[in-house]
Amino acid sequence: MAALPEEPAEVVVKPDPDGGVPPQPQPPPAPPPAAPPTTAPAEGEAAAGAPGSGGEAAPPKPAPPGPAASPAPTDRQTLLAVLQFLRRNNLHESEDILRREARLLGEEVAAAALSPAGPGAQGTPGGVAAGASAAPGGAAVVAPPPGKVGGGVPVEDQPDVSAVLSAYKQQGDPALYEEYYSGLKHFIECALDCHRAELSQLFYPLFVHMYLELVYNQHENEAKSFFEKFHGDQECYYQDDLRVLSSLTKKEHMKGNETMLDFRTSKFVLRISRDSYQLLKRHLQEKQNNQIWNIVQEHLYIDIFDGMPRSKQQIDAMVGSLAGEAKREANKAKVFFGLLKEPEIEVPLDDEDEEGENEEGKPKKKKPKRESMGSKSKKQDPNAPPQTRIPLPELKDSDKLDKIMNMKEATKRVRLGPECLPSICFYTFLNAYQGLTAVDVTDDSSMIVGGFADSTVRVWSVTPKKLRSVKSAADLSLIDKESDDVLERIMDEKTASELKILYGHSGPVYGTSFSPDRNYLLSCSEDGTVRLWSLQTFTCLVGYKGHNYPVWDTQFSPYGYYFVSGGHDRVARLWATDHYQPLRIFAGHLADVTCTRFHPNSNYIATGSADRTVRLWDVLNGNCVRIFTGHKGPIHSLAFSPNGRFLATGATDGRVLLWDIGHGLMVGELKGHTDTVYALRFSRDGEILASGSMDNTVRLWDAVKVFEDLETDDFTTATGHINLPENSQDLLLGTYMTKSTPVIHLHFTRRNLLLASGAYSPQ
Amino acid sequence: LSSSPCPAPCPGAPSSSTGPRGAGGSGTGMAEEKKLKLSHTLLPAESMKVMAEAMGIAQVPEETSQLLADEVSYRIKEIAQDALKFMHMGKRRKLTTGDVDYALKLKNVEPLYGFHAQEFIPFRYASGGGRELYFYEEKEVDLSDIINTPLPRVPLDVCLKAHWLSIEGTQPAIPENPPPAPKEQQKAEATEPLKSTKPGQEENGPLKGQGQSAAAPDGKGKEKKAPVLEGAPLKLKPRSIHELSVEQQLYYKEITEACVGSCEAKRAEALQSIATDPGLYQMLPRFSTFISEGVRVNVVQNNLALLIYLMRMVKALMDNPTLYLEKYLHELIPAVMTCIVSRQLCLRPDVDNHWALRDFAARLIAQICKNFSTTTNNIQSRITKTFTKSWVDEKTPWTTRYGSIAGLAELGHDVIKTLILPRLQVEGERVRGIVEGPVVSNIDKIGADHVQSLLLKHCAPVLAKIRPPPDNQDSYKADYGSLGSLLCTHVVKARAQAAMQAQQVNRTTLTITQPRPTLTLSQAPQGPPRAPSIIKVPSSITLPVQTLVSGRPSTPTQPSPPPTKYIVMSSASGSSASQQVGGGRDGTFSLQRSGQPRPCATPASISPLRSPALTPPGAGMLLPLAGALGSPLPSLHCPSAPTSSPPDPPLGAVWGPAYQAQLPWEGPGGLPHTALGGRLA
Repeated sequence: MAALPEEPAEVVVKPDPDGGVPPQPQPPPAPPPAAPPTTAPAEGEAAAGAPGSGGEAAPPKPAPPGPAASPAPTDRQTLLAVLQFLRRNNLHESEDILRREARLLGEEVAAAALSPAGPGAQGTPGGVAAGASAAPGGAAVVAPPPGKVGGGVPVEDQPDVSAVLSAYKQQGDPALYEEYYSGLKHFIECALDCHRAELSQLFYPLFVHMYLELVYNQHENEAKSFFEKFHGDQECYYQDDLRVLSSLTKKEHMKGNETMLDFRTSKFVLRISRDSYQLLKRHLQEKQNNQIWNIVQEHLYIDIFDGMPRSKQQIDAMVGSLAGEAKREANKAKVFFGLLKEPEIEVPLDDEDEEGENEEGKPKKKKPKRESMGSKSKKQDPNAPPQTRIPLPELKDSDKLDKIMNMKEATKRVRLGPECLPSICFYTFLNAYQGLTAVDVTDDSSMIVGGFADSTVRVWSVTPKKLRSVKSAADLSLIDKESDDVLERIMDEKTASELKILYGHSGPVYGTSFSPDRNYLLSCSEDGTVRLWSLQTFTCLVGYKGHNYPVWDTQFSPYGYYFVSGGHDRVARLWATDHYQPLRIFAGHLADVTCTRFHPNSNYIATGSADRTVRLWDVLNGNCVRIFTGHKGPIHSLAFSPNGRFLATGATDGRVLLWDIGHGLMVGELKGHTDTVYALRFSRDGEILASGSMDNTVRLWDAVKVFEDLETDDFTTATGHINLPENSQDLLLGTYMTKSTPVIHLHFTRRNLLLASGAYSPQ
Repeated sequence: LSSSPCPAPCPGAPSSSTGPRGAGGSGTGMAEEKKLKLSHTLLPAESMKVMAEAMGIAQVPEETSQLLADEVSYRIKEIAQDALKFMHMGKRRKLTTGDVDYALKLKNVEPLYGFHAQEFIPFRYASGGGRELYFYEEKEVDLSDIINTPLPRVPLDVCLKAHWLSIEGTQPAIPENPPPAPKEQQKAEATEPLKSTKPGQEENGPLKGQGQSAAAPDGKGKEKKAPVLEGAPLKLKPRSIHELSVEQQLYYKEITEACVGSCEAKRAEALQSIATDPGLYQMLPRFSTFISEGVRVNVVQNNLALLIYLMRMVKALMDNPTLYLEKYLHELIPAVMTCIVSRQLCLRPDVDNHWALRDFAARLIAQICKNFSTTTNNIQSRITKTFTKSWVDEKTPWTTRYGSIAGLAELGHDVIKTLILPRLQVEGERVRGIVEGPVVSNIDKIGADHVQSLLLKHCAPVLAKIRPPPDNQDSYKADYGSLGSLLCTHVVKARAQAAMQAQQVNRTTLTITQPRPTLTLSQAPQGPPRAPSIIKVPSSITLPVQTLVSGRPSTPTQPSPPPTKYIVMSSASGSSASQQVGGGRDGTFSLQRSGQPRPCATPASISPLRSPALTPPGAGMLLPLAGALGSPLPSLHCPSAPTSSPPDPPLGAVWGPAYQAQLPWEGPGGLPHTALGGRLA
């Protein structure tokens, strides 16, 4: 089994392109600081070993600088001290050299110097390579305040919280803040219409930073009145952040407040046309308004473009995230969104054979790569990544069988469209007092798993075939291994039941995922672990520890073997089932990673976050290749279109947004739901998008229509300015109310029957 | 059994727990309100002092407590915001104490143990000594009580149940799905036809609009097929579709046949289905026509049994919580009124107990008035007027007279007081004229007897309320004429009964817990969607109250119904009705019906029915009717034993049981409602 990390042998975390662009040579990753509770103790259990790991006896860390390489604690203290000294005296080169030799991370230097700040602060997009192994949740690994962007000023590697805050020290007269702000407000309101919308974007970041400055400098009363006076002017979609801000009234509170740190450590990105920017600059210089100018210079990143200023509507579509819009260059990288070529499989054509297999009940499966035009599988998609870009597990015989099954089912697939809507079968979880928190369905729709708030994972068989586990070792040895039905003989009939309960987690199970071959099941939980379960024995095989905080979501790669997880610690991790440590850590989100999805070609991972952005990561090198902003609330669902070109995202704001991955553009907005969209799924051929929500409805949308009238001219692509149709009602094909049952999972069977599920919650 | 006794008011004793917990609630309240007006909510410094005192620290300086309050408020808000995150990830709408625990865990704080989510934790308020306290009450629990109570039922385990939410784009009307048109919507359509679905309402803003109005799902599929209308800028008034699917037609046929058929068990099931099935909205016009045509035909034929069955159908329709009948009252009211006041309802007026039908229908009309009378349609006043008119008329036969009085009496005490009591004297004279005078006809005598007992029955409770206690025969006679003395004894009885009931009220009521809804685990249907079984027998949730009541003694003596001689109208009029409606589709149907002006519909359709009714003055004895009815009727309303009939409680209060007790044709006592599991066919 080819494991990914062979080529890039060390764990790579690439700086987020959106962060401060650190020009410095990357310090090599280093072991975690003194005794992190994470890695080492985990080995024992993790090494217990997935059966799939082949002969590889749980290898040590993939990264060469293993724990053994770390210097003794006392030495390290000294080294840290020296490093600090060098830094203080601006001896950057010496510092770098020493650090490289000592294999120490910048963060550690910092971490050693201060008391740990709040959790989850690491992974901020400052661009520092947060060594994978060195991502112990508890240690405050804070990105440095980025220098002036583009100014070539060396990035300061000092992530000390107090240093971060000290940027607020240069203060003006607190009494004048309100005046500054209302002066600017007046200026913007009197500006020409075409500029007003663009300049209005300044209000929110300025408001936040001025407020924080006041608080930091302990002008509490001024801060309070400043807040009272102007918070009502801010756009309504910022209210969650404003609420956090409003509770922050003392300097002491600022330490450890994550939201505050986000504001400080990442620049708020605004996209403004050159004309509008000139106007602003002239105004501020005329007025000698240094206070605001300083904030603009230091805390905002203004992405200037040439051309027409954008309209209010265009701006509103794109803003709303915690740190402003994505920079244009953040979405410039090439993304191979095409599908991988399907391996040639001999398809037995006789129909009788097919029937036989059906009854045999040994249907095996693989993700639906075949999707659209059948002819395509012959030729390589120009947009597809090289076949071996990511090492993928080889197909087993059972996988091939399953692929054949899948193809046969595909021929019986219903062609959906506005005239032919799918039937929806709803699986209701009754008596789910424990709280249903996650659901997944196997690709062949034979099993359903539910994750519950009472820490259990329950697997149901929804076919007449019951769930059976393998016999015990003693009994297995008695079986004739040469017999034809050996696979049948190894199963223990006595254990057959429709429901199997898996116990092991110690907190609510927030995510579940079946492996494509249906032999394994993943679950992730509040207890910080991801667990791998065998569906042969119905026991836990591995507990992957890495996230020290609740893990919100996990998913298997469509080709198996790899899986991704994301959690409260703001990072997403890529794992392989036979490695107890993550292969990649995707850091960059400014808040919890709430959902994770693999691209159908397994080369990319999409993550949605509570910072209201969606990011697309390259599995090969860990780069963030796309940042999508536009949602006004935490993202809770993601779905790739079967052809890999588009991504649909749903959030607490009840809207579903559609993105063109290749161009990095928003291409559609589907309004209709009145509550969080928890489930999204494209039909097998991509004609219909189904969305399920907390508002007890399943809605069907015409995906073909959204994508066909796409304007992808060069201008749009270059500027990213989109004009979305105001009304998405003509895209809505159907709304189906459930009986007070929130819809939390959707799944299209291979024949395009839509399965939905949720727990009945009597009012 | 860890719930050890705890002192009732514990304002701040476990300060670490009550503090955050209490304010956590307020914090989330703030977080959930969706206004852009944020405020700096702070705990009062006073609370800090109280808590400090509870911990044994006296004299906390003002400054310190202010600082503490600020800090604690900030931390609590922080925790509340984290807790919200857990709520969202848990895919819930309600914040639980568990969420707060997990949020504390995130902050490396020991969670609060021993707090479990309750639906609602009421805050109590107390003040004294110039201080105000908010706390939630923790009752003292006696351990022995807990030990001695029997164990509660084990909660049911999670299970999966599959059903069709949609079949090729249309939502089947099965109990698992919400009713296709919720009652509110039906009501809105009936009462405010222009307002019901405003065009563009659902487009407006999903962010603000509580887009439940967008729930007009079943119209979608049809509307798409008419692209001509689609493009029009002005949306037409939403049509309700009256086409029935094959399954619905089948259901309709089965139900109507069972309702008027000879098998009482089937009828009970059919009525049960009508009363509970959520998917009948589309069949309502058919049922309504079926009933009105049925009454029209059977009144002419004097077929008492069928009239009774039809009235029971009306009752079942009214009982269905998902139906709103307003639109169909123009058909139903005349039918019901006919059953109340028609001169003749049965072949042998001297023997058959048509009085009970009149009583039952009168109760139905009262229920209709109660449910649907508004200031715009004036149903109640129109009905009252009709009754009064026919009562006052000198030439009105005794049967109609009885019906009018019954109808009025059921409308409530106020109507009795204002309309019936003043006429007692006149009516008494009339009754006396028949009873004591020369024998005119036996029919008249029976009629007069019935009217008398009816008046006594309804007037006595009212009089008991409005007249001061000393009940004097003479004063009654003076006030109410010939009925006076009888009235007096009845009032005395009514008073005694009222006193007894008052005593009973004080007793604890026995609560009957309903079984939990749907416990079945069913296999997912695999393969292509199959047609849902529309003929669903209501599940065990709807095990009706009737079961409890039907235990009353009644006399199921003759289980096998005698050969029926009435017209089986299920095929004749039933099919003609459905042809008429089915062919006409929606537009013609509503036009045809609405063309009949409703106000005059009521009297107009009654009078022609009354005229052809022959009154064969057959002489006979008072015998309990045991003829055409499926089950024999005990003679509850025989004048020979008027006192044996159970006292009629005031209308409305005990509608269900009362009618159960009085209408034994509801089914033989102890009808096996467990047979609900069976199919209708």
